[in-house]
Amino acid sequence: MKIDSIQNGIVLDHIKAGNSMKIYQYLALDKLDCPVALIKNVKSTKMGKKDIIKIDSLIDINLDILGYLDAGITVNIIKDGVLKEKRRLELPEKLINVLRCKNPRCITTVEHSLDSVFNLVDRSKGIYRCEYCEAEGN
Amino acid sequence: MRHLINITDLSVAEIEELIATAQDIIQNGKKYAEVCKGKKIATLFFEPSTRTRLSFEAAMLELGGSVIGFSSAESSSAAKGETVTDTVRTVACYADIIAMRHPKEGAPLAASKVSPVPIINAGDGGHNHPTQTLADLFTIYREKGRLENFTIGFCGDLKFGRTVHSLITALSRYRNINFFFISPEELRIPDYIKEDTLWKNKLPYIEVERLEDVMPQLDILYMTRVQKERFFNEADYVRLKDSYILEPSKLANAKKDLSVLHPLPRVNEISHLVDSDPRACYFKQVLNGKYMRMALILKLLNLEVDS
Repeated sequence: MKIDSIQNGIVLDHIKAGNSMKIYQYLALDKLDCPVALIKNVKSTKMGKKDIIKIDSLIDINLDILGYLDAGITVNIIKDGVLKEKRRLELPEKLINVLRCKNPRCITTVEHSLDSVFNLVDRSKGIYRCEYCEAEGN
Repeated sequence: MRHLINITDLSVAEIEELIATAQDIIQNGKKYAEVCKGKKIATLFFEPSTRTRLSFEAAMLELGGSVIGFSSAESSSAAKGETVTDTVRTVACYADIIAMRHPKEGAPLAASKVSPVPIINAGDGGHNHPTQTLADLFTIYREKGRLENFTIGFCGDLKFGRTVHSLITALSRYRNINFFFISPEELRIPDYIKEDTLWKNKLPYIEVERLEDVMPQLDILYMTRVQKERFFNEADYVRLKDSYILEPSKLANAKKDLSVLHPLPRVNEISHLVDSDPRACYFKQVLNGKYMRMALILKLLNLEVDS
C-alpha cells in the first residue's frame, strides 16, 4: 500500500495500533477539507504494529489532547517536503474541556458553563483528577 | 484574594496562626467585640445545616459584624435555575465575605473563581469541609497540647465522610501520627485518599473492622455518622447505619486521656450515656469551631487586632 509523501503538513507517527480513529475524532480531523490519510497496522520494529496519520496541511494541533491520548506519538512537521521539526509529547499538566467529570455529585455535571478542568496528579500512572471534585478522570 | 476551599489552602504556619488567634479570642474576647463592625458575612447554604451556619453567624456577630444569607436552595434564586457563579457575583455586591455550603462537590471552588470577596467552603457534598477540620485541629490541640505524636482512630463512614478526608489530609502534614481506620468494607477510605495522602507521605495506617480491637491504642477517636444523604440506595444505608456505635462498655479498655471527637450531628453512633464521660469532647468541638471561624474571618478579611 502506497500513500504519497506530503509537501507541507503534519505526520503523527508511532500511534498505538488501533488508536488512530480515536485521535482522528478528538482532533476533529473530519472537519478539515485537506487530504488526511489514516494508516492502520503499519509494521514497526519498535512497536510491532503502529498507526500513522498524515495531514496534508500545516494546521494547529492541540498537543495537550494528543499528549493525553497517547504520549508516545511523534509529531513530524513537514515543510517543502522536508522534515523540519520532530516533537515528542508528554502528558499535559492540565486538561481543559477534554474530559467530562463522571462524578454525579460534581458541580460540573449540572453547571455546564463551567470549564471542565482536570489536573495531572500522577505522571507515572497518567492519573488526572477533576479540579472541582477530585474524581479520577478517564 | 484569599479563599478557603480545601484545608491545604492553609499552610501549617497559617493554621498555627489561626490557633493562636482563637486562643487569644478565648482569653481576651472583649478586644475582638467590634473588629468587624460594618462588615457583613453572607451565609449561602444551598442545603440544610444547623451547626455550621449558626457557627459562622455567631462568629461574625461576636466580632461585631452582621449577617445576611439563606438556609436552603429553595429560598434562593437557585430554585429558579440561577448558577452558583451568578449567585456569588450578586451576593458579593452585598457582603464582604461569603460562607457557602452546597450539595455539589466543587461548587465553592467554582464560586471562588469569580468572586471578588473571600469564599469559605462550608461543606461541598461528600468532598471537603475545611472549617470543620479547623475545629477538629483546634480541639486536638486544646486537649492534647500538640498536633503531632499521637494515634488516631477514625470510625464509621470513612468513604463519604468529608470531615474525615479533610482531617486526614490536614494531619498528614504533622509528624509521627498513626492512623487506624475502623469501618465496614463498604465504607472504607477512598483509594484517592490512600494514594494521594497516605502513600505519598509514607504514613502508617491500619484498616480494621472492629472498634474494640484497637480502642486501647487510641489517643483520639474520631466518630462519624453514617449519612443517609450520601447513599444512592436506602437499603445499603439501613444495613450499615448501626454498624459502629460507641457505648460506655466500649470505652472500658480505652486510655484514660482518650479524646472522643465527632463532627455532629449524631444519630445513634455515640450513646448519650457517653456524654458525661470526661473523654467526650464533641460539644467542646462545636465551641472550638466558632472560635476558629472567628479567627478565619479575621484572617481572610485582613483584619488585625492590637495586642
